[in-house]
Amino acid sequence: MSIGHTLLGLLESGPRHGYDLKRAFDEKFGHDRPLHYGQVYSTMSRLLKNGLVEVDGIEPGDGPERKRYAITEAGVTDVQRWLATPEKPEPYLQSTLYTKVVLALLTHRDAGDILDTQRAEHLRMMRILTDRKRGGDLADQLICDHALFHLEADLRWLELTAARLDKLATAVRP
Amino acid sequence: MTTTSAPPGSLLAAQDLRKAYGPTTALDGADFSIHPGEVVAVMGPSGSGKSTLLHCLAGIVPPDSGSIRYDGRELAGMSDAGRSALRRSEFGFVFQFGQLVPELTCVENVALPLRLNGAPRKEAERTALGWMERLEVDDLRAKRPGEVSGGQGQRVAVARSLVTSPRVVFADEPTGALDSLNGERVMELLTEAARSANAAVVLVTHEARVAAYSDREIVVRDGRSRDMERLV
Repeated sequence: MSIGHTLLGLLESGPRHGYDLKRAFDEKFGHDRPLHYGQVYSTMSRLLKNGLVEVDGIEPGDGPERKRYAITEAGVTDVQRWLATPEKPEPYLQSTLYTKVVLALLTHRDAGDILDTQRAEHLRMMRILTDRKRGGDLADQLICDHALFHLEADLRWLELTAARLDKLATAVRP
Repeated sequence: MTTTSAPPGSLLAAQDLRKAYGPTTALDGADFSIHPGEVVAVMGPSGSGKSTLLHCLAGIVPPDSGSIRYDGRELAGMSDAGRSALRRSEFGFVFQFGQLVPELTCVENVALPLRLNGAPRKEAERTALGWMERLEVDDLRAKRPGEVSGGQGQRVAVARSLVTSPRVVFADEPTGALDSLNGERVMELLTEAARSANAAVVLVTHEARVAAYSDREIVVRDGRSRDMERLV
């Protein structure tokens, strides 16, 4: 995720201090990975240098000074461009699982076991996410659904590969 | 008949089930067990034998060989009438297409298993309505199945499966005909209601997102079962 663009986007609704930005980011998008303060301040200095934000005010205090940031016209244009650009779909062509299955077949190990163990692990994660969805709000549900659909796609691949192991063995063995 | 013992504490357990339909082998040594209040998903590709396993476990279809013990009793040792009584009072069923009786209202459908067990109409419908409230379909009480949506009909079917307070609910692709959102709501309500009633659920599904509502899963392939918990 582009932290810079996300922080810029959060600034569009009005100027904020670095601390408020971090809090808003964590609350909406952080989930299990809150931002470090260092990340926020280094990102803001970069945005400042590039003219995408400006300092709207400084609050003096005992600790480090608290800068309030505001988005600039250039910043709004940048956010707009980012939102309008489609994300590059992940091609998923470098699969560790596929590599493991082929290596197992080449070395005459049980590839079916590898697939089944992975399957069980995937379903275990899906149960955790499903539980989280049950107790969560709409934001939680949507973010968990995104993960669940991806895990489900993996599982379908595992199932399909399990059904074609004999063919794959013939194809990959010299 | 196999006389091996069921896993300790299990409510329903099957060992080495074999079943063939003519030249086609449906089950080829399948095992299964479920504890009270547990939700177990039975997964596997189409034609793997998972529905046959469910039908055998529920005493609908007799296996060619193998053992099925329910609450300490061997199903094969029971009479047809005994197995029917068991299905009516101890087991509940949900199928892919609700299979509600079109001529009856929704509350009459839910009350039907109680009525078949001899309960008076008013009492049966009062209990039925309680379950319909839990499944959030009590406002459909006077409607006929043809007048409700697929998701609503399936929730009525879930209420019907739980109305006799069964100890095991057999659900065969209960969300197979529903879209994602409706399917998930049915699964949430089914598992919540079953857990609160301490009913075990045998959940046949080929969808991983549905199986994720279970406590554990077994996979059936080519008529043989594999307990995935033992792998991790």
